[in-house]
Amino acid sequence: MLFEFDDVVVRFGEDVALDHVTAQVPDGGSVTCLLGASGSGKSTLLRLCNRLEVPTSGTVRFRGQPLDDLDPLRLRRTVGMVFQRPTPFPGTVRDNLLVADPDATEDAMHTVLEQVHLPVSFLDREADSLSGGEQQRGSLARTLVTGPEVLLMDEPTSALDPTSTKALEELGRELADSGMPVLWVTHDLDQADRIGDRRIVLVGGRVADEHQAQHYLDSEDAFHHHHGDETHQGHDDPTEHDEGADRGAG
Amino acid sequence: MEQGDVGWWGLAISLLLVAVAIGISMWRRLGLEQSMLVATGRALVQLLAVGYVLAIIIDPDQPIAYAWAWLAFMVPFAAWTVSRRAPEVPGVFGLALASLTASTVVTAAVIFGLGIFPVEARAIVPIGGMMVGNAMTSTVLAGRRVVEEFSEKRHDVEARLALGQPWTEASRPGLRSALRSAMTQQIETTKAVGLVFLPGAMTGLILAGVDPVDAVRVQAAIMFLILGAVAINVVVIGTGVTRRLFTDDHRLVRIARTSG
Repeated sequence: MLFEFDDVVVRFGEDVALDHVTAQVPDGGSVTCLLGASGSGKSTLLRLCNRLEVPTSGTVRFRGQPLDDLDPLRLRRTVGMVFQRPTPFPGTVRDNLLVADPDATEDAMHTVLEQVHLPVSFLDREADSLSGGEQQRGSLARTLVTGPEVLLMDEPTSALDPTSTKALEELGRELADSGMPVLWVTHDLDQADRIGDRRIVLVGGRVADEHQAQHYLDSEDAFHHHHGDETHQGHDDPTEHDEGADRGAG
Repeated sequence: MEQGDVGWWGLAISLLLVAVAIGISMWRRLGLEQSMLVATGRALVQLLAVGYVLAIIIDPDQPIAYAWAWLAFMVPFAAWTVSRRAPEVPGVFGLALASLTASTVVTAAVIFGLGIFPVEARAIVPIGGMMVGNAMTSTVLAGRRVVEEFSEKRHDVEARLALGQPWTEASRPGLRSALRSAMTQQIETTKAVGLVFLPGAMTGLILAGVDPVDAVRVQAAIMFLILGAVAINVVVIGTGVTRRLFTDDHRLVRIARTSG
């Protein structure tokens, strides 16, 4: 198993973000979607995987080893992460890649830019002058340059327009098809259908059983059909997401 | 009566200006009359009490240990004030105590060790007070800036941590920016001195009849020492608070949102 969550509880003060979660994510090149509404605990579950959060109780294992036994810095270089919003660091795209790996060669930088379908000329562009979609692909390139074996995607398309969303989804798929396990957090059922090989549905901080998952998926589906395109645009609007609630209140 | 000497009668007359302030509050319905009266009363009582205590401490016949004791008392009191003004800063009292002690010890060593001012109670008490007072303000500012910085730039810091950077590295840009902004204020004050405002020590000396150029020399020395004290403070408190915001396993702790 790539990740095992064994009776994991995460509390933030009074709030319970994850409530006795037991789940497994198999190893190998595939996309596992963590699906759930805002505040269901899906981002918290993802953040446990590279130890940006730690469980209040329970155990998380990475390839059989409890995370407590692993060096967090090495773990994070093995398990890379792309966040909800692009996080360009000051300077050019090259500067950004060098922050991630100060020893990155010019060849390595070219390779990761090709992997995320950005032209090599972008190396000398100011990172914050790129479009949202380009910045997000730049963030992915920056993660890839550290040579991760696993990729965590925390609602990476929620701030992007439909075209950029499609491009990033395709990148995720390509990486998985090339053998990299990808964990992809989303609240968007259609996105999970497009890219996911399997899904873990979270409802109120718990892993939903078949029945609850179906109920959640049905209600999401009904919501989409009812609201049509309007809903889609809503989902692309970053202001719609209360990240604090998602991570904090869980 | 010497120049600049305010007698009891003069002090009473100055209360007329408080009456003006209260009049304005009533006229504009600010509802601040009572708090103005309380503030005026407290200021009078506190200052008079301090004046009487200082008279004893500064008396050249008393042992100089009294003056050092006074300074030693001021540091924890200032740390306590910092902790009340910046409660959102984790571990604020201990860190403020450490940073204020560090800056007071270093500056006092320079001022008195190198003989800039004589080792006398009448120098130790007011200069120490100015050091600690200014350092206190900068401690509040720096502590708050660091907390704000890491709260606002959580995304940036976590992106760096997620790349496998240790907290010391991931926090560097945020800490640098917080230290810069906390120190800039003192640098601006230092630049504007004499042009925009006449600082307290100089004003006091001139009022007491000292030659303005002599007063300026004293003030300039004090300003430079304050700049040094502020720099020491800002670095100690900034680094200390930053350490508190990260766990040993390189996570950024949750920072409670505050309105202040």
